[in-house]
Amino acid sequence: MTQSSLLKKYLMALTGIVLVGFVLVHMAGNLQVLIGQEAINAYAYALQNLPAPILWGSRLFLLVCVLVHAVTAYQLIKENRMARPRANEIEVTKRAGWASLRMGLTGSLMLAFIVFHLLHFTIRAIFPEYNDMKTTVGSPDGSEIHDVYSMILAGFQVDAISIFYVICMFLLCRHLAHGVSSMFQTLGLRSERWRGKLDLAASAYGWIIFAGFSIIPVLVIAQKYGLVNCLETCGSSCSVNL
Amino acid sequence: MILDSKIPEGPLADKWENHRFSSKLVNPANKRKFKIIVVGSGLAGGSAAATLGELGYNVDCFCYQDTPRRAHSIAAQGGINGAKNYQNDGDSIHRLFYDTIKGGDFRSREANVHRLAQNSVNIIDQCVAQGVPFAREYGGLLANRSFGGAQVSRTFYARGQTGQQLLLGAYSALSRQIATGQVKMHVRQEMLDLIVVDGHAKGIITRNLATGEMKVWTADAVLLCTGGYGNVYYLSTNAIGCNVTANFRAYRRGAGFANPCFTQIHPTCIPVAGDHQSKLTLMSESLRNDGRVWVPKNAEDAGKAPSEIPEDARDYYLERKYPSFGNLAPRDISSRSAKEACDEGRGVGPGGRGVYLDFEDSINRLGENVISERYGNLFEMYERITGENAYQRPMRIYPAIHYTMGGLWVDYNLMSTIPGCFVLGEANFSDHGANRLGASALMQGLSDGYFVLPYTIGNYLTTISPGGIDPEGAAALETLESVKERVGQMVSAKGKRSSRSYHKELGNIMWEYAGMARNEKGLNKAIGEIQDLRDDFNKNLLVTGHGEELNMELERSGRVRDFLDFGELLCRDALTRNESCGGHFREEYQTADGEATRNDEDFSHAAVWEYKGDGETPARHEEDLEFENVKLAVRSYK
Amino acid sequence: MKLFLKVWKQEGPEDEGHFESHVLDGVSEDSSFLEMLDQLNEQLLEEGKEPIAFDHDCREGICGTCSLNINGYAHGPENSTTTCQLHMRKFEDGDSITVEPFRAKAFPVVKDLVVNRSAFDKIIQAGGFITVRTGSAPDGNALPVPKEDADLAMDAAQCIGCGACVASCKNASAMLFTSAKAGHLNMLPQGQAEKDSRVLNMVAAMDEAGFGNCRNYGECSAACPKDISLDYIAKLNRDYAKAKIKKVFS
Repeated sequence: MTQSSLLKKYLMALTGIVLVGFVLVHMAGNLQVLIGQEAINAYAYALQNLPAPILWGSRLFLLVCVLVHAVTAYQLIKENRMARPRANEIEVTKRAGWASLRMGLTGSLMLAFIVFHLLHFTIRAIFPEYNDMKTTVGSPDGSEIHDVYSMILAGFQVDAISIFYVICMFLLCRHLAHGVSSMFQTLGLRSERWRGKLDLAASAYGWIIFAGFSIIPVLVIAQKYGLVNCLETCGSSCSVNL
Repeated sequence: MILDSKIPEGPLADKWENHRFSSKLVNPANKRKFKIIVVGSGLAGGSAAATLGELGYNVDCFCYQDTPRRAHSIAAQGGINGAKNYQNDGDSIHRLFYDTIKGGDFRSREANVHRLAQNSVNIIDQCVAQGVPFAREYGGLLANRSFGGAQVSRTFYARGQTGQQLLLGAYSALSRQIATGQVKMHVRQEMLDLIVVDGHAKGIITRNLATGEMKVWTADAVLLCTGGYGNVYYLSTNAIGCNVTANFRAYRRGAGFANPCFTQIHPTCIPVAGDHQSKLTLMSESLRNDGRVWVPKNAEDAGKAPSEIPEDARDYYLERKYPSFGNLAPRDISSRSAKEACDEGRGVGPGGRGVYLDFEDSINRLGENVISERYGNLFEMYERITGENAYQRPMRIYPAIHYTMGGLWVDYNLMSTIPGCFVLGEANFSDHGANRLGASALMQGLSDGYFVLPYTIGNYLTTISPGGIDPEGAAALETLESVKERVGQMVSAKGKRSSRSYHKELGNIMWEYAGMARNEKGLNKAIGEIQDLRDDFNKNLLVTGHGEELNMELERSGRVRDFLDFGELLCRDALTRNESCGGHFREEYQTADGEATRNDEDFSHAAVWEYKGDGETPARHEEDLEFENVKLAVRSYK
Repeated sequence: MKLFLKVWKQEGPEDEGHFESHVLDGVSEDSSFLEMLDQLNEQLLEEGKEPIAFDHDCREGICGTCSLNINGYAHGPENSTTTCQLHMRKFEDGDSITVEPFRAKAFPVVKDLVVNRSAFDKIIQAGGFITVRTGSAPDGNALPVPKEDADLAMDAAQCIGCGACVASCKNASAMLFTSAKAGHLNMLPQGQAEKDSRVLNMVAAMDEAGFGNCRNYGECSAACPKDISLDYIAKLNRDYAKAKIKKVFS
């Protein structure tokens, strides 16, 4: 595809905006775990029972955004490598930080993470037993619904999985730190006057996302080892107990 | 050699208008049949190539740089004069004309200078329309400043980078023509000879600096826009690549070389730090507005730190000698005074070749931040180069060769004594006389390129039929062979000395004997030494590598070879001009208190040199200068 | 000063190229980096070896001819400095210095440290001008330009076209150059008529020349000897989007 370099950049920025927004909403949703089993289960049930066009429409839209973001990034990186076939003997930078230089790496790992995450919690193909977790807690009409709360607890009590999730959220945090600020630049909405503040905000946003997502696996593990006791343990209503 | 200046009839103010009307027009359909070569892509060459392209001529433009935008016009800092009278301070075309004639110490042609002043107005308009970001006032209108001691504010500027911005403007116009295909740009190509057939310029020989390929280019006219020859002094404010080769080759083919001894020295350059030095850096003259020039009164103090020299042991020599102008005395006067002080052993810094430019008083009076606001970038540049902080200790400055007023002789049409060979900008001799006014170099380059040559070239083209000569024909190949032979000789030179060492030595001779002050004995000595040096060069030059590749040693050798011949010519001209005027100061011709004595009786002319063969003394011709509109006056800055 | 130099040597565009080591003694700390290379070349000549080819001309930081990657930095480690203005007092006696050409596909090596930057000219030819015939200009004061705009245009116009932005960019992107050139003209009222076509054409020429894509590292601006701001890249992004949208809906 011989598209203008700037059009490709716009695609990165526009799909980036969608994904940046998505992670925030996703994180807000997740944090309901902290409120308790009922809240998160009800929220999950409501989401999954949205009218099909909306549910699948948004899923498809997000998927397309991820794919466009990834494919365009791949093209850009390929072109960039071609544009500089030989590296300097000494590679140094004056201003660029780790995050901005490693967008390809963090992005690729994010993509791998997304695939794993979908298989893990959404499609539940890795641990099919998650599908058997049913409860009436959080159900709007008392019928049995999927027990998302228990699934999360079960998922994160495996040390390796939690560590993996936290690491991935750190990478996401770094990806966002450069990506959010870069998004403004690419769309022509950044100026030297508030570039510093914007970079700070982008970095802060990254850390908020990191904290918001990581707190759940961290608490699950901490509670597993008896370090804290703040997650609701729900006895018989839960399939899992820490 | 016939020197017909072709100055048009009529009153001064109407001459250009009359000439434009009486100039022959080339039929638009015929324009595309004419091919024109432009050598050089600075303000003169770039603007001429662009304009000729717009008019429909087929243009081939050449430059030795890797892109036309790097020509040395880019380095001009101060500004460009324009007789707009936007400041309502009494400026006019006639006043700019008069100031330029007087600044040139009455050694330039009235008609040419008046045309320059007339065109200055159009240049500003043209550049603004091209998007040159001239400084603006808050109301959005163009800002002006007074420059080089002028009594009116007529200088337009773009920070300290006026030359850069004007060149980029010309380059953008040129780029537009390159995109249309009307101008073909040939970069990294150096002109090594002019092809002359039946006395007419019909093409050039170039060497491709990247590949070494030598090639014939034919055309119906050749424009030399190749700048000045300041690098004959080795150290100058010119770019390293600036050279006299194109002009000198034209001279050898029959073009008269006028007033080579008129060279301009700029008083405020950073002094030489050591033997490694490859060029001198100019600092804006505006520094003299707030700095005081001094040296120690006693030679014994010259080695001391400036802070250890008490006030009463300092000699503020410009204030002492020229009480009314003081530190703002004209370029040549303040330059010579600095030399005198250093010759007396009172110079400061490495080699004792420097004087102090002290800002202490101004800092005390105005505060450091005001000085920093005015000159911050210059102080920064000074520190970068010297490692010294000029807020804390006085700057060291020394004069350096900056501009050359002499050049190939041209008539009112800018045509040299070789029909079909035109010379524009600093490369010609026509507008600045014996000394150039500040902020006038840019003006001349653009005037010649945008507004003069495109009209006057028709007067020549209508006398010939288009088509040029056969590039495979005898004349072209003969010239090509002679260039190949010359280059071949240098490539096979396996002596012991590098071209740079010859250039340095030549520069030392030139600076010592033909620099700021000259005398008969010294000039004769210089001629002898240059001849010896040239003989040694021919025997003992070392060039590595071969000719069919990028070979910077070979490039430099060719340029130095021509400088060796040209240096002698310059000295010869200085020797025969028995007067002091403008940038040319002969120690024999001065008043008791050291002022230059001009000799209008015998030297109110341009001296034009005709090549007579290697080893032969060139012939000296004169073009008398007639002054009908100005009265010759003695400059006084007391 | 004594220096240990590792300098790129490449016979021509087709040659593979390699580093050569040299020891240079007696370097004055007052000399510029290029004067140090002059000295090295004189030494090589004396030894009967071929000198190192490098680009240079004005040696006062304005023509943009000099290039060189010095210890990995375009124009060396100092900020706001061209190679010709970099002085040896910024180095220490006994330092090892690696010198290599600007690296980019769009800047092929001609020889040793000399690269071909004509891709920049192509970008300008595509639209880096205001179409005005000689002689057709209105009076200079006919069109007032707000001082702020003129200053911003001048900030961009200061670009010397040296290519340090490309050389310092890990992707060899020419966005800073292109944006400065387009930005200068787009900022001025004179440049409005051709604004849209200018950005579209210049970006197309930039892509065509084989430069990489901007990833907003900011290295270009950090390496720029004239401190051209990233704002001009943002402005080009903005102007290009507007031009593209207008074109689609026109």
